[in-house]
Amino acid sequence: MSKEKIQICPEFSDIMPPEYRDLVEQSTYGNEDRGWKDIGNSKELIEAHSLCAGCPESMAFRYILASLPNPEDTVMVGSTGCTSLVFPMVAVHNIHSLFGNQNAVASGLKRALTVRFPDRIKDVVVLAGDGATVDIGLDMTLQAWFRQEKFTTICFDNELYANTGGQESGLMRKGFVAKMAPTGKKFDKVRLPEIARESGCCYVVNLTVSKPSLVEKVIKNAVLLAREVGPTYIQLYTPCILEIGKNSMEGLQEMRDSEKPGERFNYKEYITDEAKQYLADLDARKKAAAIPAAQLTE
Amino acid sequence: MQSEKYRVVAGPEAYFTPGAARMGIVLPEPGEGHIEGQIVPEEEALEYAARKLIEAKNPTIHPGPLVLWNWNEKAAKKAKAIKVLADVIPARIIPMADYRPKYPKINPEVEINPNHPNLTIWHNKEDVCVFVGVHCHMANLSLKIIRGGTSCFTIALCAQAGHEDANLSLRDVSPEKILRLAEWVNKLKSIPYVRPAGRTSNDGAERKSDKVFAK
Repeated sequence: MSKEKIQICPEFSDIMPPEYRDLVEQSTYGNEDRGWKDIGNSKELIEAHSLCAGCPESMAFRYILASLPNPEDTVMVGSTGCTSLVFPMVAVHNIHSLFGNQNAVASGLKRALTVRFPDRIKDVVVLAGDGATVDIGLDMTLQAWFRQEKFTTICFDNELYANTGGQESGLMRKGFVAKMAPTGKKFDKVRLPEIARESGCCYVVNLTVSKPSLVEKVIKNAVLLAREVGPTYIQLYTPCILEIGKNSMEGLQEMRDSEKPGERFNYKEYITDEAKQYLADLDARKKAAAIPAAQLTE
Repeated sequence: MQSEKYRVVAGPEAYFTPGAARMGIVLPEPGEGHIEGQIVPEEEALEYAARKLIEAKNPTIHPGPLVLWNWNEKAAKKAKAIKVLADVIPARIIPMADYRPKYPKINPEVEINPNHPNLTIWHNKEDVCVFVGVHCHMANLSLKIIRGGTSCFTIALCAQAGHEDANLSLRDVSPEKILRLAEWVNKLKSIPYVRPAGRTSNDGAERKSDKVFAK
């Protein structure tokens, strides 16, 4: 599918709600260089959301959707959680899976899309919370990586079960006291990035969403590598400001504090040699393609 | 079961509107339609739909995503046919552009939402509305809510097997069939005893056209 396909029938163009007219006229479908800097200049692929005011997850959603290299041919698979409140407002095909099943659903979907559209690139991106990825869905998450299923898994890590009142999750840090975990977490935060690396992911990154350019680069790399090389995993810290006792304006600072050296979300990246080579080749091809155009303009 | 007695009449029926299928209403076979749950030949359903649309004070067409977007040639043709129908009646077009719950509220002037279609029906004082190009499950949901909370007469122009919960439903609706409905509207408008749009009485008085078309 391309932007040409996303058109309103001319008979109804004058009566369509304005957000859809904007989506057709000003969105970034089909633009290979799309990125977070389009936010504010173009129609975003997220119309609205019902997340809490100042929720870092909403920032993460906006950056991710702005960074997908191929949104018109991308299917996102979500799971139960705060993210599932946003997906109905997203102008990208998406599937809501049963809690924890997201990587199993994405595996089948990716295989089916490969068979159905052999000559077209179809990206599958899983986006789920830490409960779905690490606790309830850990089996499906790991098995997809063991099988080398070619899609990206993004975990919105808010370190607890946010929209059910603050229960302890595997990704909660040791000793943290939450509303529904009053005695404090007894064991360490599960080290899923390391597990992902050992499970066969070719590109693993652990970061916060405080730096949109970095998020854009990581998401693009992850999706591009998942097309050809193997599974990729991104763990993004999206703190639940309500459950950790912060105000709406304090989400960004919380992320900045947690990415300092030695902190649990200090930027960590793991990339295989094959993946590194693939990205380098891709970059070289892009530069080579850009040269004639530059010469023409001189 | 009250299969022989139940009629899918315009509401307001109840807060917990019973599903028409549960009350014994069955879907029409190819070549048929249903009027208030009674299976009739397709042509009769087309004629009745045309008459309801002509008589209505505020007839409104609600096209859904399947015809709003230029997915393929068939959708484009259907959109053209719907526009012809709307011009012939004449009817207002208010789209059901999507199915997402919209918060804090929808704008009933410009759209209808399947989760609370009654808001648009009430706001625009719609007395007859047409659903076309709406996915089956969302049409069923909307039609039931409309029957439950409004007095609007619903017509479903379904591309599949029809809708029990509509007051009148046609099935296998193609662009050609929509144009046939437009022809019926044109034809009936030229007959003097069918009241033109805007002249329907709301006092429940018997209309001449009711006698003409009564079985």
